[in-house]
Amino acid sequence: MNTSRHKFILSIITAAGLLAAAVRPADAALKVGDAMPDFAHLELEGKLPDSLKGKVVILDFWASWCLPCAASFPAMDQLQKKYGDRLVIIAVNVDEKKANMDAFLKKHTVAFTVVRDGKQKVVAEVAPETMPTSFIVDGEGKVRYLHNGFHGAETEKQYVTEIESLLKRTP
Amino acid sequence: MKRILILSCAATGLILAGGCANVKPWQREHLADYTMRPDRDPLRTAQAEHIWFSREEANGGGGVGGGGCGCN
Repeated sequence: MNTSRHKFILSIITAAGLLAAAVRPADAALKVGDAMPDFAHLELEGKLPDSLKGKVVILDFWASWCLPCAASFPAMDQLQKKYGDRLVIIAVNVDEKKANMDAFLKKHTVAFTVVRDGKQKVVAEVAPETMPTSFIVDGEGKVRYLHNGFHGAETEKQYVTEIESLLKRTP
Repeated sequence: MKRILILSCAATGLILAGGCANVKPWQREHLADYTMRPDRDPLRTAQAEHIWFSREEANGGGGVGGGGCGCN
């Protein structure tokens, strides 16, 4: 085999490699141990809680077309009622149409904070692996636990265990 | 000549593969729509399965990987 053929094959392999890298799923941008994004600089529709310092936060990404999200809402509402001011739940909706979110919220009335990421900028930054994805953040603003999806009673049990452990650490 | 053929095949392959895109979990609203389900009409599904089974001796495998709402 001559040199030009080698170069030719090598260039094909390189191009294929670059292409494979381009279509490869991206790793989740927000991970356990990372600091929670600063929402003040991000364009979210809806009112966010004034201060999150010293509170355990569940940051949940959801959509109206996602059935597990619908299942997670009553569970999170129960958690909000159970822990009151010590827990802040921020549910970030990623629907393209606000009307879909509104229709969903009419069916699923909740006591926790719901905001909308209509331009999908925040969700692109956080890059959750599935819908829903929730991040449990400690009182210092660090992500401590990550839940990909909602798996009913199993996830509810994990939520309680994790929230309790973080509340114990929070003065 | 052979080299041109290989090169043009490779270039076509790369151009076609360049159209591939990852649909992110939060972008699957339209894929999650009911009308995107291949099994939304039970009668049509039964007919199609009957045809596959009787003519091709094939059954099952109707699920499509990577589609749907990307939930859980």
